[in-house]
Amino acid sequence: MQPLPKWADLVLVPLISLALAFFVAALVILAIGESPWFALKTMVQGSLMTASGWGHTLYYTTSFIFTGLAVSVAFHAGLFNIGGEGQAQLGGLGVALACLYIPWPHWSLALLGATIAAAAFGAAWVAIPAWLQAKRGSHIVITTIMFNYIAASVLMFMLVDVLRPIGQQDPSSARFPAEVLIPRLNQIPGLDLLFPRTVPANITLFLALTAAVLVWLLLWHSRTGYHIRAFGKSPGAARYAGISATRITMIALLISGALAGMMSVNNVLGDAQRLLGNSAAGAGFIGIAVALMGRNHPVGVILAAFLFGFIFQGGSELGFMTAIPIEMRVVIQGLVILFTGALDMMVRMGLERVFPRAANPAKPTTAGAA
Amino acid sequence: MDYASILQLLDSTIRLSTPLLLACLAGLWSERAGIFDIGLEGKMLAAAMASATVASLTAAAPGWSLFGIELTWAKSLLSPVIWGLIAGILASVIFALIHGVASITFRGNQLISGFALNFIAAGLTVLVAQRVFGQGGRTPQLAGDARFPPLTLPLSDEIREIPGIGPLWYEVISGHAILVYVAFAIVPLTWWLMYRTRYGLRLRAVGENPAAVDTAGISVIRLRYSALIITGILCGIAGAYMSTALQAGFGRDMTAGRGYIALAALIFAKWRPVAALWSCLLFGFFQALALRPDIVTAVVQFRVPGPILDSLPYILTVLVLAGFIGKATPPRAGGEPYTKER
Repeated sequence: MQPLPKWADLVLVPLISLALAFFVAALVILAIGESPWFALKTMVQGSLMTASGWGHTLYYTTSFIFTGLAVSVAFHAGLFNIGGEGQAQLGGLGVALACLYIPWPHWSLALLGATIAAAAFGAAWVAIPAWLQAKRGSHIVITTIMFNYIAASVLMFMLVDVLRPIGQQDPSSARFPAEVLIPRLNQIPGLDLLFPRTVPANITLFLALTAAVLVWLLLWHSRTGYHIRAFGKSPGAARYAGISATRITMIALLISGALAGMMSVNNVLGDAQRLLGNSAAGAGFIGIAVALMGRNHPVGVILAAFLFGFIFQGGSELGFMTAIPIEMRVVIQGLVILFTGALDMMVRMGLERVFPRAANPAKPTTAGAA
Repeated sequence: MDYASILQLLDSTIRLSTPLLLACLAGLWSERAGIFDIGLEGKMLAAAMASATVASLTAAAPGWSLFGIELTWAKSLLSPVIWGLIAGILASVIFALIHGVASITFRGNQLISGFALNFIAAGLTVLVAQRVFGQGGRTPQLAGDARFPPLTLPLSDEIREIPGIGPLWYEVISGHAILVYVAFAIVPLTWWLMYRTRYGLRLRAVGENPAAVDTAGISVIRLRYSALIITGILCGIAGAYMSTALQAGFGRDMTAGRGYIALAALIFAKWRPVAALWSCLLFGFFQALALRPDIVTAVVQFRVPGPILDSLPYILTVLVLAGFIGKATPPRAGGEPYTKER
């Protein structure tokens, strides 16, 4: 029972959902007495029309690729990891500990070490909810939400009572030593011609793209990936085929947590160069929207991450340049999640009328008997 | 720890349990009908904003008009805070109905729909409050008849001097806003509706086996929508209580995860109304403890860092969910959209 052509299902449904979300967002902007057209122009101007805008947009894109991949891997196993935010914050703690307490001789080694630490801390933070889901059937959605709140408390405790240098007022760690700092895009030969001034986007962007390729290889070209997808499609059939539910739940969620944690290399080491409170800044939640919009495929995730990078950077530009509060981007994010994740059936039902079954001659009506 | 601080602790337990209890009962109605709702948080937030906004505007009338219609008559009809309550309930029911359209009519993912609505509420409340008041996404401080006044129960002054029971009655039981008593009264009401009426029986059935209800010729869709409207009303009261009784005005993200804690309390209570009362009191007690680090220090004899204390309700929730305190079985059809067979 799939009356829609594949391309329509893959491309048209998300695009129409996105258009609907933006349409409602425009209505919201109209309702608070501002001009949607001017808002869109401000967003495009602030995120895509200048080198600095691109530097910010690509910076956010990097974070969202990681969190989007994190949510996607869990989705493929039929699990909804809502805890990317907490895992990313813990990943940030891992990055800070690795950078502050290990004397790295060169930034490339520091990048490697920080990435491993971020992944390990992120995975460790999801390990308890994952184990509870696999062994005790505690719902992963509620436990990971709780772990988001606990993570915020842990970070606050670490920053205030442990990592804060003596005599400093604001809750943040010391600055990382100069040897560990990784190059920003404006410091990379070649790219420095495109970015004349300091931008937050950094070399982690390429790490994110590599992670996307690795996730693709894992999910579609490895035995484990096949098990993850089989378990997600049909837990019963997977169990019958000898796939251990506990094992797959743990593996999928640990990979998911590691990916979410790795986003902190981008913002903690790549940009802030020290650990700040609330370092993930909502990127963990945006990963959910990115995964839904990108149809849980790495290519889709990269495109959707870029879209949300644009919304995020454009949204903060709205906060600066117009009377529209910066919270507008939270509304847009919610609308995109609603339309692409929960109301997709509405779009599909509408499209089914546009594409009558006759448009699919390869599958005659007897397909229904199979 | 002396008797007076115990009484203070219990007093804030009652006040902090109330929004949890209302949200928990709200979740009970929708989940018993087979609709997961992690959007309790967003509904409370929307209601808190709508209540504080309307109460503030009505209290400021004359001078306030909507689309050119002077609304002083509204004030003479009902107190501003009641208009606030009505607005809060309306806002919350609208969110509940959107959740219904997504998860009942279009059979979408209930978790994602609830989650998305939480984001929309988080952003939209700030946008609206900023548009109306221009105070950085907050409403002005509410005072006078824009807030629910504390209610003094009968006898509280007379028996105050009796040792033991007198202060307990005066400090803990009496002196809350009327919504607190409403919330506690809704517990037996919910129990009676759920277990002693035909509607309740059908509603529980639709959460366990919707096909059977459908076969009996009763509309699954109508039952589920009705449950969601009750959920909306209860979340609306919870949000109104937050901004017009517990606190004096709306501030961004003021519900601070209460909707999620209420869900955890619901699981702890194994989806039963009376047990929900006890579990919400327990979670409320933990929130009250987090507000009084001095008492905790006095009891455990060492300084517990504030953030650790803040995370206690969440840690407790995880322990509860881990099933170390008994197994919780959700309604069987929960989270599954119902498709009529063709």
